Amino acid sequence: MNVYLLSPAISLCGLAIVVILLDLFLKRKWILGAVSVAGLIVPAAFTLALWGREETSFNGMLAVDEFSLFFNLFFLVCAALVILASMDYVSKFRAFQGEYYALVLLAATGMMLMASTRELISVYVALELTGISLYALTGFLKDPKSSEASLKYLLLGAVASAVLLYGMAMVFGLSGSTHFKDIAAAIPGDVMGNPALLMGMVLLVAGFGFKIATVPFQMWVPDVYEGAPTPITAYLSVASKAAGFAVILRVFYEALGPVSLDWGMMFGVLAAITMTLGNVVAIAQTNIKRMLGYSSIAQAGYLMIGLAAVSALGRSGLVFFLIAYAFTNLGAFIAIIAISNKTNSDLISDYSGMAKRAPLLALALGLCLISLIGIPPTAGFMAKIYIFNAAVDHDLMWLVIVAVVNTAISAYYYLRVVRVMFLGAPLSEEAVPSSGALRAALSVACIGVLLLGVYPWALLKIAETAVSMFP
Amino acid sequence: MEIAFWILAVISVASALAVVFLRNIFRAALFLVLCFFTIAGIYVVLHADFLAAAQVLIYVGAIAVLIIFAIMLTRETPRGSPSGRFRLIAFLVGATFLVAMILVVTGTDWQVITEAPTEPTTSPLAQALFSREEGFVLPFEIAAALLLAAVIGAIALVREK
Repeated sequence: MNVYLLSPAISLCGLAIVVILLDLFLKRKWILGAVSVAGLIVPAAFTLALWGREETSFNGMLAVDEFSLFFNLFFLVCAALVILASMDYVSKFRAFQGEYYALVLLAATGMMLMASTRELISVYVALELTGISLYALTGFLKDPKSSEASLKYLLLGAVASAVLLYGMAMVFGLSGSTHFKDIAAAIPGDVMGNPALLMGMVLLVAGFGFKIATVPFQMWVPDVYEGAPTPITAYLSVASKAAGFAVILRVFYEALGPVSLDWGMMFGVLAAITMTLGNVVAIAQTNIKRMLGYSSIAQAGYLMIGLAAVSALGRSGLVFFLIAYAFTNLGAFIAIIAISNKTNSDLISDYSGMAKRAPLLALALGLCLISLIGIPPTAGFMAKIYIFNAAVDHDLMWLVIVAVVNTAISAYYYLRVVRVMFLGAPLSEEAVPSSGALRAALSVACIGVLLLGVYPWALLKIAETAVSMFP
Repeated sequence: MEIAFWILAVISVASALAVVFLRNIFRAALFLVLCFFTIAGIYVVLHADFLAAAQVLIYVGAIAVLIIFAIMLTRETPRGSPSGRFRLIAFLVGATFLVAMILVVTGTDWQVITEAPTEPTTSPLAQALFSREEGFVLPFEIAAALLLAAVIGAIALVREK
């Protein structure tokens, strides 16, 4: 049992505890945020030190491979950007600043473990670790909206967990093991002759579907995204969703690999429904956080194309899309945080003429929205090309057509925001200031969006190696 | 043994239905306690002695008391829970799921273990949790972090700003 292999998660959890302890003694609370960001270097260093290894520990429950190490880094970068984006926001709290950062770090610990465990019970506990931290963070504002969002998230999360456990129980009952490799060896290759396997698979898809916000567990998204503190909304929409996809990739390829064609089909149908629903409902939204909520449902639909195309190309396309989506969506939310810090409003109509009040912020938000549509030269364009290519390769032409039509629909509501910002009359002449931390986080995100759009090959290579160990 | 199982099963399903259908939330809570108890009984029938004891201690003991405390401290309990607008849909979804589950459970060839159940289960359980060779140490450790997150979250949410 090699505990060293768990060092990224242990050090991240330790960092959370350090932040809480510091909170007791420090008077100047901004140091907490700085310590949280700077401390992320430790788990990142452990992750990099492990790079290239392919081992398991804890009796095969913990896998250290390129996939888990890649996602470790992914979640660490997301956590760093979210904490940077939170610093202004959190400085308005009178208490519990340390707890806020600690919960963000604990949620990241859970996400890292979700991507690296290969055993159902560990997957479930890691999922709950992420979930509980995020439920608490959603309700952190303690106003009626935030509390309602938190309660809704908690209740629906509990239902989704129950569904997931039911599915796991089915799979366990059928295979007699919770280890992925034993499950893969034990389950029959024919789903239709085995109703319990089919049911287990459907329930697992539905249960994990809550994390990635797909139909039929997408209804929590708009309310929770609207009520939660905006940095947490960004965290939910990017890191939590990516963790869901990571766990799906692992569970379905490693444990349910023998029946991959059946679940591929299921994800294909869900992808089409999810993206259409997300895009159509997003058109009517007037609140930008709700709009991005529905947009993130639609993006989950595009991402699932990578699952429907059961191939190496589909997997790497999915991972690359996740990277592109992370930079883009984090950028969009950070710009929104900066703007709403000043205006205290999330209504799209209040963004009128923002290009004159905050030219750089408006430009950054515009860039991210364009990337969400998938127009060159942005990351979103490359990601969509790549994932659609995988689907065409897998003879899923119908799904690509649905996705392209959806992209056209989505252009309408994304561009509406851009139009309001650049062509609308400003509501006031006041400039919108932003702090250094926010600007740093926003520039990282925007550079990522542009870089991935112009020169994606390096990260494509990383995405390919990250998923290369799946059969 | 089989008769004991069926009696317990019928009582647990009936009390679970009572939890859902009773308007008075306090009575519903009491039926929930009954449901927990019968589940513990089913564990006994299945030779899971430690699990049965844990079920009684944690669910019947701690969680049921917490739920009843919460109800007593909340006002307007006699009026019960408001009627949902989605009753019919909820019923349909529930019924469909029930039928699907019955079809699935009866339609599958489950593996049946022929060896006799181990008794008492306490030390095999400890082995399964902590042994170096096959222990579930990792989920146990993650659960520790989970409890930490839950405690921090609860304190941050409950205390005044």
